[in-house]
Amino acid sequence: MQQEKEGAAYLAHPERHSLASVTDKIVSIVQDANRRGGWLLGFGLAFALLMLLFASIAWLLFAGIGIWGVNIPVAWGFAIINFVWWIGIGHAGTLISAILLLFRQSWRTSINRFAEAMTLFAVACAAIFPLLHLGRPYLFYWLVPYPNTMNLWPQFRSPLMFDFFAVSTYGIVSLLFWYVGLLPDLASLRDRARSLRMRRVYGVMSLGWRNSARHWQHYQTIYLIMAGLAAPLVVSVHTIVSFDFAVAIVPGWHSTIFPPYFVAGAIYSGFAMVLCLLIPVRSVYGLKDFITDRHIDVMARVMLATGIFLAYGYLFESFTAFYSGDTQEISMQLDRMTGPYAPIYWILLVCNILIPQLLWWKSLRSSSIAVWLLAMVINVGMWLERFIIVVTSLHRTQLPAQTGFYMPTFWDWSTFIGTIGLFLSLLYLFMRYLPIIAVSELREMVAHSKESPP
Amino acid sequence: MTPGRELYGIMMAFDGADQAREAAQKLHQEGFRALDAFTPYPVEDMPEALGLKKSWLPKAIFCGGLLGGLSGYALQYWASAYAYPLVIGGRPLNSIPVFIPITFETTVLAAALTATFGMLIANRLPRLNHPVFNVPEFERASVDRFFVCVRADDPRFDYEHLRSLMNQLPHEGIHDVRI
Repeated sequence: MQQEKEGAAYLAHPERHSLASVTDKIVSIVQDANRRGGWLLGFGLAFALLMLLFASIAWLLFAGIGIWGVNIPVAWGFAIINFVWWIGIGHAGTLISAILLLFRQSWRTSINRFAEAMTLFAVACAAIFPLLHLGRPYLFYWLVPYPNTMNLWPQFRSPLMFDFFAVSTYGIVSLLFWYVGLLPDLASLRDRARSLRMRRVYGVMSLGWRNSARHWQHYQTIYLIMAGLAAPLVVSVHTIVSFDFAVAIVPGWHSTIFPPYFVAGAIYSGFAMVLCLLIPVRSVYGLKDFITDRHIDVMARVMLATGIFLAYGYLFESFTAFYSGDTQEISMQLDRMTGPYAPIYWILLVCNILIPQLLWWKSLRSSSIAVWLLAMVINVGMWLERFIIVVTSLHRTQLPAQTGFYMPTFWDWSTFIGTIGLFLSLLYLFMRYLPIIAVSELREMVAHSKESPP
Repeated sequence: MTPGRELYGIMMAFDGADQAREAAQKLHQEGFRALDAFTPYPVEDMPEALGLKKSWLPKAIFCGGLLGGLSGYALQYWASAYAYPLVIGGRPLNSIPVFIPITFETTVLAAALTATFGMLIANRLPRLNHPVFNVPEFERASVDRFFVCVRADDPRFDYEHLRSLMNQLPHEGIHDVRI
């Protein structure tokens, strides 16, 4: 197949690798005891932050959401900012694994597993926020349409209801896609497990996968179809997230550019997060032969392109506000640019639009440290973007008496930082117990590179 | 044959995908139908060599998705127009455009669930024990070995004949698979 042959070009030193050596390399990351020290340190730090999250949630359930800085008029604070930020980060994972698979972009092979895991964990972090924000989080199941004694049904015309369906579907489909993709690799881990206990654990998890041609045939069929399902799903999820805003008549939110602009932003921040995580991981685990400088370069280009989409979004958001002649829209835009939150607005433009233009230089894209730093800048910038969208539209309503100021409290920050702990803890566990690169796909790539040396 | 342990089939091992595919093709030409191959990655044209039928899953997934979409819409229609009608801003009870997002989500969800569980059903998984695992070398099927197996329930199965046939093909070993 053409795409695999091309894919071989994305392996550094294909001559060094055989089917057995790539399997050994990836499986040994899970089995190698020598690296446990660093892992334990990282996991410990992440776990401490996870405990901070639990403490914050416990205090929230006890005291109520008054512990956050939200109030009228800014009733949507960190919870929605973080929800949109996290769910956006998840999108690159599905994009890499599904859309690039459909487009026959074989460079996805070395990074898709990791990116999919990132998606799952980011969705888990995202889902926490709207639930906590409900005020009565223990009643979240009222969103589920089930026949209840109150004869009450959810309001299906509300984007918040769309959100519930979109995020839960996204979470479930990502999990299925990830798990189906893992099956052959779990079988590899089972076959190479050193202890009977691990052999049993991986044996059960791999569901008895035995690499039969029949298995592969059905597997390949559904893997492609699921990629086809996941691709429009990504677009739909962030489109629906943008409806949360766009359906309102609040100035600054009521904008038709929101769906594509949100999707572009999601892919942008998602690629930034993938790069942030992969660059350290590949050097710690010595995976530079598989996750090559070329991968980093290609991902940086995707980031550059989506960054430009996003710049178009910013431009048109402002342009439409002024062009509409709507005084409230105009005053909101001016307030965003010159009001109390203006420094954040300008910093976000510098982070998301100005600094990433450095990626035009090839020498910069080939330096992994520079790309890592840029990705960090973009992660911060994208978070600030969500802050600006949520807060500036709300803090100054059209009645001067209702103008307020939103300031996050300690508990806002602790919940946010806590979810980073949740994300990293899950990621550390993933790296410790599951293969971080799709081994069966890597074997396929190596086999094809032997048939036709690039 | 070891007494007491029934024969499941005979398995050949290969170093490369091409030999495995050629052997599968040859055995299929000889009329064997209870054939299977075990490979570390999906080998191109292997299903054709083994004479496997096309997967029925795409049709099932289509039906699953259709059913999911219809029931998603039906749920919203029924709940909003009959069970709990609310007129807000003069919108019709059956608000077709706003019912689309949830309909789309339930379509994708049902299709994905059909795909995953359909694949497990089609592959008869989970099944943690299987006679092929009794071949000691078999664990290399997930590393760098390719296997082709003829099951004993094939109507043309004749132990001596099959073994001599297999011996004529290039291979890395022939194993009896026992239950």
